[in-house]
Amino acid sequence: MPDGATPVLDVKNLKTVFATRSGEVHAVNSVSFDLRPGELLGVVGESGSGKSVTMMSLLGLLPSPPAEVRSGTVMLGGRDILKIGAEELRNVRGREVGFVFQDPMTSLNPVFTVGFQLCEPLRKHLGMSKAQARNRAVELLELVGIPDARRRLGDYPHQFSGGMRQRVMIAIALACDPKVLIADEPTTALDVTIQAQILELVKELRQKLGMAIIWITHDLGVIAGIADRVMVMYGGQVAEHGPVREVFANPAHPYTRALLQTMPKMHGARDAKLRVIEGQPPMLTRQPAACPFTARCAHAFDRCGRENPARRDIGHAHDVACHWDHTTADPLTAAEAPA
Amino acid sequence: MTETPQTDRRKLVEVRDLKMHFPILGGILRRQVGAVKAVDGISFDIFEGETLGVVGESGCGKSTAGRAVLRLYEATAGSIRIDGEDIATLPAEVLRKKRPAMQMVFQDPQASLNPRMTVAGIIGEPLDEHTNWDRKKKLARIYELMDAVGLNRDFANRYPHAFSGGQRQRIGIARALALNPRFIVCDEPIAALDVSIQAQVVNLLEELQDQFGLTYMFISHDLSMVRHIADRVAVMYLGKIVELAPVSRLYDYPLHPYTEALLSAVPEPDPSLERRKDRIVLKGDVPSPANPPKGCNFCTRCPKVMDICHQLDPETVEAVPGHFVACHLVSHPQTAGRTGGAEAEHNQMKTQQGEVA
Repeated sequence: MPDGATPVLDVKNLKTVFATRSGEVHAVNSVSFDLRPGELLGVVGESGSGKSVTMMSLLGLLPSPPAEVRSGTVMLGGRDILKIGAEELRNVRGREVGFVFQDPMTSLNPVFTVGFQLCEPLRKHLGMSKAQARNRAVELLELVGIPDARRRLGDYPHQFSGGMRQRVMIAIALACDPKVLIADEPTTALDVTIQAQILELVKELRQKLGMAIIWITHDLGVIAGIADRVMVMYGGQVAEHGPVREVFANPAHPYTRALLQTMPKMHGARDAKLRVIEGQPPMLTRQPAACPFTARCAHAFDRCGRENPARRDIGHAHDVACHWDHTTADPLTAAEAPA
Repeated sequence: MTETPQTDRRKLVEVRDLKMHFPILGGILRRQVGAVKAVDGISFDIFEGETLGVVGESGCGKSTAGRAVLRLYEATAGSIRIDGEDIATLPAEVLRKKRPAMQMVFQDPQASLNPRMTVAGIIGEPLDEHTNWDRKKKLARIYELMDAVGLNRDFANRYPHAFSGGQRQRIGIARALALNPRFIVCDEPIAALDVSIQAQVVNLLEELQDQFGLTYMFISHDLSMVRHIADRVAVMYLGKIVELAPVSRLYDYPLHPYTEALLSAVPEPDPSLERRKDRIVLKGDVPSPANPPKGCNFCTRCPKVMDICHQLDPETVEAVPGHFVACHLVSHPQTAGRTGGAEAEHNQMKTQQGEVA
């Protein structure tokens, strides 16, 4: 992984709120991260942790109202894409950043052929002629491993299986050769054997095309297999972030540690009982002055209820937002870890 | 079953050659032109007090099997003996009297709870149907059940929408427990829940099993969770059970190539293990159950396919006591040397995963 290379995407202090009847929901709260050329950043979290909303906010994909991107900068290709106009942003989407959504059935249009949907970005963004676009579409389908590609251009989405549809979605996202690919739970709706196929495909495509990928999932196993770095989100914030081996070997945040322990293993002795994380994920209806994990945390102390911890560096390019020191199992004072 | 003491145990559920075919109607006269063979001849036993895990991919017929076992569908063929009585042929009125002993927990707690009924109403409905208790006695039972599944009694008059996914699943479990059942079919009870909540629900199911001596048929696509909860596991593919064995045997010594591939496809939360793993990636998709291939159902994707697999459907054999498998590799080991060479090669896509960095 090229450390120190200029990031292709640099997000700082992103805040997104939703206006609801019961007040504002702080779905994304001061999230910062970067994405370096050619790397795969895994984003893990439960539903409601803000992982999808973060990515949708970057590209202005959230309906406003109720959503509002309140602050932050998103640097892509030397400019802040939160500040550019709608027309320019449309060029960013699809051309500079490709997006693959979770459910390939609802994200493909059922009344147009796959060929039409593949050619659309090529003609709109790259100004290709019909024939050029068709040839490129065949190439793309072959690239993602769809047999008999030329004939299948005329098929409709319902004529493809779930795994094949997800391959089509990936082909569309790759159509304009984007620098960044954002994949939002792309294998969650698929069976494990089909998921294994898609994961192999993505590894292959990375080697061939060298683009940077953000992979959103709730499955730590998937992250372990494909990511270079991992960012764990909880309650709209980044709880922990670092190189994947480092985070799995030395998880520092009580949430990450608990999450790894609650997962049953495929090898070795069976646990008599699964470890659980008690309680429920937090409601984010008010600006949290406390750490969002306090109520469920095994190591919480008085400071956690008063101050939301800032991310602190713990070495090996690994950082954590927590007042508790996982190495000594001691609470940290304000002097040791400023909030 | 030498290594397990289960032979001494009583069989609570005995399913023999169960078939569940759904008709495909076509033409203007809506005549039957074919059948979706969702479950196509499965046999298994569930011993009293044990958990039988049923795993497989979507469309393999595991949920249909679960529903057919409780006779929520009228089975096409086969017998289902629960506690010695064949419920597949019981008349409706007699079956109704048997219902309290066999219950179900559904996948989606959002869809399986009536949004217009209070929690007390939902949990108490089986009592309304099957007992003639007075209100006070029913309410006492409802509170008892809410305590058992870890729901606060004060919430008895709330509606399902006021609860989170995990709590809703607790309501569904309390309802299933209301009539003191002996056998519960759990159909993907944790699939709709977040990872941190799944463990809570699985622990609850295990506690209740110990407390009330329940027998579970636990249907799931989550292989690691099934490894945790099940005593024995059945693997289904395209309407058939391809392998059935005690949990440790199945996970450590799978005999069927499909089980092998399925187990190797599960990603593990350990980067060093994940990237060294010799993963078997199956090619292609599951064939349609309306038009299964000739011979073995798995022959179109099997990495170890032989010529015989295209002609004959393999018999289920007991390879090791308690370990059942339906594969020609096991039942005809003498032909195993003569594999279909090129085709097996084609179906196989083993990848030695190096570092992708």
